[in-house]
Amino acid sequence: MFYREAGDFKVSYQDDSQTFPIKFDRYRYYAVLAFAFLVIPFVINDYWANAILLPFLIYSIAAIGLNILVGYCGQVSLGTGGFMAVGAYAVYKLMTAFPEVSMFIHVLLAGGITALVCVAFGLPSLRIKGFYLAVATLAAQFFLVWLFNRVPWFYNYSASGQINAPERDVFGIVITGPNAASWATYFFCLIFLAFCAIVARNLTRGTTGRTWMAIRDMDIAAEIIGVNPLKAKLTAFAVSGFFIGISGALFFAVYLGAVEVGEAFGINKSFLVLFMVIIGGLGSIFGSFAGAAFLVLLPVVLKVIGVDLMGWPTDIVAHFQLVIVGALIVFFLIVEPHGLAQLWRVAKEKLRLWPFPH
Amino acid sequence: MEEGYVTEDGRKIGGVVMEMKNITLRFGGVVAIKDISFDIRQGEIRAIIGPNGAGKSSMLNVISGFYVPQEGQVLYQGKPRPQMRPYEVARQGIARTFQNIALFEGMSVLDNVMTGRLNYMKTGLFSQALWKGKAEKEETENREVVEKVIDFLEIQHIRKTPVARLPYGLKKRVELARALAAEPSLLLLDEPMAGMNVEEKEDMSRFILDVNDEFGTTIALIEHDMGVVMDLSDRVVVMDYGKKIGDGTPDEVRNNQDVIDAYLGVAHD
Repeated sequence: MFYREAGDFKVSYQDDSQTFPIKFDRYRYYAVLAFAFLVIPFVINDYWANAILLPFLIYSIAAIGLNILVGYCGQVSLGTGGFMAVGAYAVYKLMTAFPEVSMFIHVLLAGGITALVCVAFGLPSLRIKGFYLAVATLAAQFFLVWLFNRVPWFYNYSASGQINAPERDVFGIVITGPNAASWATYFFCLIFLAFCAIVARNLTRGTTGRTWMAIRDMDIAAEIIGVNPLKAKLTAFAVSGFFIGISGALFFAVYLGAVEVGEAFGINKSFLVLFMVIIGGLGSIFGSFAGAAFLVLLPVVLKVIGVDLMGWPTDIVAHFQLVIVGALIVFFLIVEPHGLAQLWRVAKEKLRLWPFPH
Repeated sequence: MEEGYVTEDGRKIGGVVMEMKNITLRFGGVVAIKDISFDIRQGEIRAIIGPNGAGKSSMLNVISGFYVPQEGQVLYQGKPRPQMRPYEVARQGIARTFQNIALFEGMSVLDNVMTGRLNYMKTGLFSQALWKGKAEKEETENREVVEKVIDFLEIQHIRKTPVARLPYGLKKRVELARALAAEPSLLLLDEPMAGMNVEEKEDMSRFILDVNDEFGTTIALIEHDMGVVMDLSDRVVVMDYGKKIGDGTPDEVRNNQDVIDAYLGVAHD
């Protein structure tokens, strides 16, 4: 009824390989973009920005990055927290060393630096696969956190060992530090998310994405039809690192403002982003958004229900939250191993034929 | 015979494309291939047959660069081929299919066939990330070639279907499509008809003959169905226990006493 591809004819291959080949999808996408860019900035307040929107935007970027590596290229990584830390410390060093340069450039450069680090830690993937690679990336996680804790140069020899984001602006609008307006921080993160999502989508629907998926599905066959496994895996690590670095930089500079590396970028963060990718759906850009939204919103929703509606003490709700999140993850993995994205796909298939399923 | 020969049905076969010279392949103490030489000529359909465990698939793996023989030489287009990775062999124009289907299960048929065009994709990562200009043009050009292959093999209706959902016979055809999309100069088929019923075999035979006829592709295939092999191929190599026991036209091979012994058994006295 609402969702039709009948009558939606394509006359060129360009039309057929676009991101949203179905008209209804395309218009919905424009509507979401317009709403995110033109409506939300005017109605946003500090609570919404800090509790929901900023973490959602930033984790979405991280989830897209990890999804490229795990979902598209099939290389398991538990080093996301460490790689986000690289982005955060890179942007910190850049912000303090070159205060006059635009934050846009700093964040992109931080992504680039993380991409290089990620490639270096991705080198073992040429020899090892699966669980063993997960362990190797786990080593990256612990090494990077240790490095940023132990080498004072990274935190500019500050006494606390923390890094604090100084106030920086873009075109005169403050976006970091305590004086940043919530709409500005939101807008800044949204631009990066839109950019990352479009780049990720373009890469995954084209040649690069196909080489990644070929490596994921059957690496021997991929090599025999002409995929260079070295190049395919390392580009996946690089692109993934680029996105994760951007998310780490934003997480530190725009969202938290002050960071203690073990706390903010510990192993928990690696697992959190991995859960987002798995719950959202491996090998799906939409799944990255869905997973990030799910894990960001769930604690907020549970808190609202528990504390505000039921009147329970906060600490009990906080504990229940862990139990419920854990249970839901198990539930999801059993019921729909392909994640929220697959549920969405099935719903769309049904909608296509509704209300006449024959 | 350097200039080639003319087949019974009047096709002209050209010079040698691929020559295997005294190939020996060992896995530890097991000798999979023992001192085998044969050649594959331009435009011919060359079959490799033999009982189970004869070393046919190993031979194909040597040709496609997956195994490196301990002794002997592989000459491709007249030049000795240095040791190279399988993806480099693919770039030289050798494509293959597998005995047990090796498609990318998570991708659609179209994407699978498009991977066959990888060797023709030259644009860099940045251009692809923006999906403008060169990257989009390249994608469309290659899509046109792929669509021709899809038409040729009559799999238009399953273009967007995930491969995992397809029945066995169609998967085999998609795999052939992926190999053909690479426009190979030498096509290797490892048991293209294994596990098929008579109709599917007829279809597949027709496709193989059409490919050879329309594109002039040189084909080397392994097959167990003797009827198919004798009908399709121009020349046949027969292997048994890693050794070559026969080589020639189907008729010559059929009347070769060693071949008959290998297949029917022989009394040991």
